[in-house]
Amino acid sequence: MEAIGVLMTYPMSSYLEHELDRRFNLFRLWNFPHKTDFFNDHAASIQAVVASTQAGSGADRELIDSLPALEIVTSFSVGLDNVDLAYCKEKGVRVTNTPDVLTDDVADLAIGLILATLRRICESDRFVRSGFWKNGEFRLTTKLSGKKVGILGLGRIGTAIAKRAESFNCSISYHSRSEKPDSKYKYFPTVIQLASNCEILVVACALTEATRHIINREVIDALGPKGFVVNIGRGAHIDEPELVSALVEGRLAGAGLDVFEGEPRVPEELFGLDNVVMVPHVGSSTVETENAMADLVVGNLEAHFLKKPLLTPVV
Amino acid sequence: MEAIGVLMTFPMSSYLEQELDKRFNLFRMWNFPQKTDFLKENSGSIRAVVGNANVGADCELIDSLPHLEIVSSFSVGLDKVDLGRCKEKGIRVTNTPDVLTEDVADLAIGLILATLRGICECDRYVRSGLWKKGDFKLTTKFSGKKVGIIGLGRIGTAIAKRAEAFNCPISYYSRSEKPDSKYKYFPSVVELASDCDILIVACPLTEATRHIINREVINALGPKGYLINIGRGPHVDEPELVSALVEGRLAGAGLDVFEHEPHVPEELFRLDNVVLLPHVGSGTVETRNAMADLVVGNLEAHFSKKPLLTPVV
Repeated sequence: MEAIGVLMTYPMSSYLEHELDRRFNLFRLWNFPHKTDFFNDHAASIQAVVASTQAGSGADRELIDSLPALEIVTSFSVGLDNVDLAYCKEKGVRVTNTPDVLTDDVADLAIGLILATLRRICESDRFVRSGFWKNGEFRLTTKLSGKKVGILGLGRIGTAIAKRAESFNCSISYHSRSEKPDSKYKYFPTVIQLASNCEILVVACALTEATRHIINREVIDALGPKGFVVNIGRGAHIDEPELVSALVEGRLAGAGLDVFEGEPRVPEELFGLDNVVMVPHVGSSTVETENAMADLVVGNLEAHFLKKPLLTPVV
Repeated sequence: MEAIGVLMTFPMSSYLEQELDKRFNLFRMWNFPQKTDFLKENSGSIRAVVGNANVGADCELIDSLPHLEIVSSFSVGLDKVDLGRCKEKGIRVTNTPDVLTEDVADLAIGLILATLRGICECDRYVRSGLWKKGDFKLTTKFSGKKVGIIGLGRIGTAIAKRAEAFNCPISYYSRSEKPDSKYKYFPSVVELASDCDILIVACPLTEATRHIINREVINALGPKGYLINIGRGPHVDEPELVSALVEGRLAGAGLDVFEHEPHVPEELFRLDNVVLLPHVGSGTVETRNAMADLVVGNLEAHFSKKPLLTPVV
């Protein structure tokens, strides 16, 4: 398969890069500043794209059109907002993602963000490191156990978050496109109703046209000044300027954010706030999970080029 | 009851202070730097002491209060109360069990996640603008890791329940095996440490458990192991822990308590693989209020000659 051209859009994983390099003719898009020349020279031999979630590293219409020999897009993510799925379908290009292997890590991080935000873990660590403990006790924070958790999107990740939150004796409610008949959790038919009825709102749904800015001013108002938002979905799920002003003005109690609308840019107004925890899109960024995701990408590519069934096809 | 003298040893809770002040003749020990004079003048009227994990009721204090009837600790841990002396002198002792169990267990899990997933380090990374220069490094997955708990009491059990939801196999060490427990028992701390990935201290501090985490245990836990302490600072041989962390013989540590609080070994400040918290295990508004209500409730019960709510002695 060493003649098969595979285009990696971003240095998302050195392990993946290494594994692709061993098997295929690997092109690293980030090494080519002059993209038009690159496509002129190499497009004909590229049959696969390995895409990622960073801005400009997906598989959009423009990229797909520049690769006439493209047969498959394997995304190093479970979310597919970075891939033009409809266009792939139209052109008969297969698409795979990396579901399941990252579910636990993302759910773990959601709980980690909830705890870090409510119990002000990062702030208290700063308090100790700066020597303030010698001058007095840290302030009181907010208990997690028993709080009402509302989950937006009850897919694999949402379900894993719910399972963990239940062990903290939290009552769980959710909103999704349709009610899940087998679910023991309380369903709310709108996001506003969910926000009005919970204390911690967690975003865990896919990003689509319908869910862009699903967290808007109205939802933030419904969540209220004692409410917390945790986002482990996509930055675009939240109307970021609205969130920022709500936090700055004290109309929300706090937020735990793994994603931002203009990653890696983060609104600097947030840096002055102690009730916000910000992490750099690390939901699935553990050694264990990154390796498992990479194996899945490679596995899907090998299956495709050996004309075997894809492991995790989406299109 | 306003004539009853109650001595509060430390400004542990303004809500508690307020509630005690409403009901009793409250003395605030931290306002009297000259303790000997203070005790000489007021010990005659002091019938109760309210202590906490910072300042409790040691032999010296007990002996200087001839009318002391009850020590009500604003904590579940009683390492700062001379229980033997209280028993000897017929002094009742109460603590605040149960109401703080969830908060402490929540914090243990919070410390595990913050340490393994580098949450505080990540937050620093974002705030310093480094994300624009490159992605953060890879961290360590929590789900499925082996969790070893020292002490399977109320708090240890609550931690285990939460860790199970992360698909972690649970093992434990305690003074004796719990026959009803579904978790795996190890008869020594070293064996527990050898077997698990994340070791959590959740037992009371007694003479037997002082420095229960020593060099041998740290070696057994190993360079990929993590230590989480939500017990008491003296559970851990602190210099040994610090050198293990500095030398990379432990993967990381999440610590809520230290041997000489509020002093924290400064070598730890340079490390990114430790999370350092200022003894906040029960430090939420909800729980501190519940603890305060329990302290007041115990005192009222005692002075109304009713059964104590949460007696220890």
